[in-house]
Amino acid sequence: MNKMSKTVVVGMSGGVDSSVCAYLLKEQGYNVIGVTMQIWRPENACDVSDNGGCCGLSAVDDARRVSEVLDIPYYVMDFREEFQRSVIDHFAAQYVKGKTPNPCIECNRHVKWEALLRKARDIGADYLATGHYARILRLENGRYSISASRTAAKDQTYALYALTQDQLSHTLLPIGEYEKSDVRRIAEEAGLPVAHKKDSQEICFVPDGDYASFIENEPGVTVPGPGDFVTPDGRFIAKHKGITHYTVGQRRGLGVAAGERIYVTDIDPETDRVTLGSDDDLLTRTVSADDVCWMGIDGLPYGEKKRVKAKIRYNHGGEYGVLETEEDGNVMVTFDKPVRAAAPGQALVFYDETGTYIYGGGTII
Amino acid sequence: MIYLDNAATTRLEDSAFEAMLPFLRDEYGNASAVYDIARRSKKAVFGARKQCASVIGASPSEIFFTSGGSESDNWALAGAYETYRRRSKEHGSTAADSVASESVVSCGHIITTAIEHHAVLRTAEYLESLGVSVTYLKPDSEGYISPLQVTGAMRPDTFLVSVMTANNEIGTIEPVREIAAAVRNIRKDVLIHTDAVQAFGQIDLKDMAGCVDLLSASGHKLGGPKGVGLMYIRDGIKFPPYIRGGMQESGRRAGTENIAGIVGFGAASEYALSSLDERIETETVLRDRLISGLKKIPEVIINGSYSVGDHERRLPGNVSVCINGIEGESALIMLDREGICASSGSACASGAREPSHVLQAIGRAYDESKGSLRFTISHRNTEEEIDTAVIKITDIVMKLRDNRR
Repeated sequence: MNKMSKTVVVGMSGGVDSSVCAYLLKEQGYNVIGVTMQIWRPENACDVSDNGGCCGLSAVDDARRVSEVLDIPYYVMDFREEFQRSVIDHFAAQYVKGKTPNPCIECNRHVKWEALLRKARDIGADYLATGHYARILRLENGRYSISASRTAAKDQTYALYALTQDQLSHTLLPIGEYEKSDVRRIAEEAGLPVAHKKDSQEICFVPDGDYASFIENEPGVTVPGPGDFVTPDGRFIAKHKGITHYTVGQRRGLGVAAGERIYVTDIDPETDRVTLGSDDDLLTRTVSADDVCWMGIDGLPYGEKKRVKAKIRYNHGGEYGVLETEEDGNVMVTFDKPVRAAAPGQALVFYDETGTYIYGGGTII
Repeated sequence: MIYLDNAATTRLEDSAFEAMLPFLRDEYGNASAVYDIARRSKKAVFGARKQCASVIGASPSEIFFTSGGSESDNWALAGAYETYRRRSKEHGSTAADSVASESVVSCGHIITTAIEHHAVLRTAEYLESLGVSVTYLKPDSEGYISPLQVTGAMRPDTFLVSVMTANNEIGTIEPVREIAAAVRNIRKDVLIHTDAVQAFGQIDLKDMAGCVDLLSASGHKLGGPKGVGLMYIRDGIKFPPYIRGGMQESGRRAGTENIAGIVGFGAASEYALSSLDERIETETVLRDRLISGLKKIPEVIINGSYSVGDHERRLPGNVSVCINGIEGESALIMLDREGICASSGSACASGAREPSHVLQAIGRAYDESKGSLRFTISHRNTEEEIDTAVIKITDIVMKLRDNRR
């Protein structure tokens, strides 16, 4: 181990991106330690790994093999408790309230950059690195922010908006400098055994995408029962299976026949009512968010406005608008053009007006 | 490297290594064949059987070689269950059936403990899934199971009592002889098994044969090779095979013998027996030195039973502690970075640590058990190594605690 160089813990999922991340940092002269977070519970370890999720047992095997090729120390660390509390419990609680949470945001925020970074520092690391397609930027105002990766096709900035300045100052994201095709080529040239592994999809702990039955099987969660589908003006249409089965913007699987295309436009956990409306009913120009985290700027005084580009979900291309802070500290973006299906529980992430780096973000209300 | 994980596995003893060498290449005969080279293999296995038998005062015909401790434990429980079921069938009705006749036919009852190795616990759970009822006795705060607890749990349909000789995590040595005697006092037809994997060759077990009916041991915990273990089955006991398909091991364990492994196990057993008193002495001194060093760190709890010099109630080489305010997982990694090999209980498939069922059973809170570390000493360790380890562990604990402030 080179005592002069800095030590970095690389969060290794067993996939090609985090493997190349470890490789690049080693090439750059860091003391690299590979770590896989154990987040699955023993009884479903097999489901997760069979379904190509990111952190199952086969992921451990892959990450271990890559670490052997790179000749770096490798450890598996237990994060089941943190993952359960910060990600799964939160996910279930939000769904029960009729929201559509993004668990990757919670995992990044509380598991990777809180618990894992803490353990990384415990074992003497200076930095935490991951295989995200994003870059860390030091701005002229002295603050850190996150900007899109070199490749527009892969943008993983959205789920990273909640990182703090301290966390960012201890983070390395080398993959952001590359295209996905470069990453695969580097993996191949370096002889990494995961060069051709397919990308993981879906939420890792719900590999079959059936959120409603996942939540039903969570111990301690009381799932709301059936309720009413109603029209935007409150007229009864039919009974529905329970609000956890629906998300704002959903069209398929409603079980309601209608002449025109209808969508879920609102979910009310108080009355268990799910409003169905037309595509137009999903459009809105203003989106508000609470639980706001500031990144590139340290806030926006009440009454001031700022031009931004903002995203309302992970794969949203972004839309221009005006950001302002409300009296209670919540934020609101008024978009130039209406955006479609802003789902409560998803994140509103706002970037500078060129869309280059993150100003901040919050949870859509 | 300072190796303090001898309960996980041990370095191969030189005598075992030497004894194995011919059988790895030149002496390749299959012990079941008729010709000379085969006879030499057969003779070697017989010699090893004798060597292993001596450790527990058994006769060679009572020793059956297996692939290791886990196989032996699985076999003991599954075999006892099969024996019970056959006996119930043959006799038509047993004492158990008359008691249970009102409801369903009894599938029998096992008494074991909450702190057994997973090889016993998972097999017990498997048997539960087949209808067997299992009592998991909870130990006291030092990890002891008392004979009274065992007899108190006995039922008319109890067919097996399985209590480990010494615990792998906290080193507590169970009163297996007293437990066996108390059980026998009440019923003669209950099988008594002990998982002696951690104790075999580490403490005096010369009177163990006859006390119990079944005993499991493993080669690599006492300087033998990995991949070989044994089961002691008391003479006169009807006990079915677990692996079928050949007449090896008197028809009780099929499969061509792992000659080199068995020979290595035998040589290691002979060495363990002849050096037992010295090794116990050395390890106890080193253990006490490590414990007294660790006790200087504030907020350290020693797990299990402990008093200076004692090797009757705690394994001579076992040090198990819970260190408040740290995570054992981080400490282990930092120790690894410093070249010190330790553990924190049993490892799961991934290599991450599991919350310890043993520490839970002796009443440690989850947060306490997170800070657990286990160091297991062998006679090969030195005072200098222990002193270095104490310094490094102290540094690491202070650093980890500082990070949390």
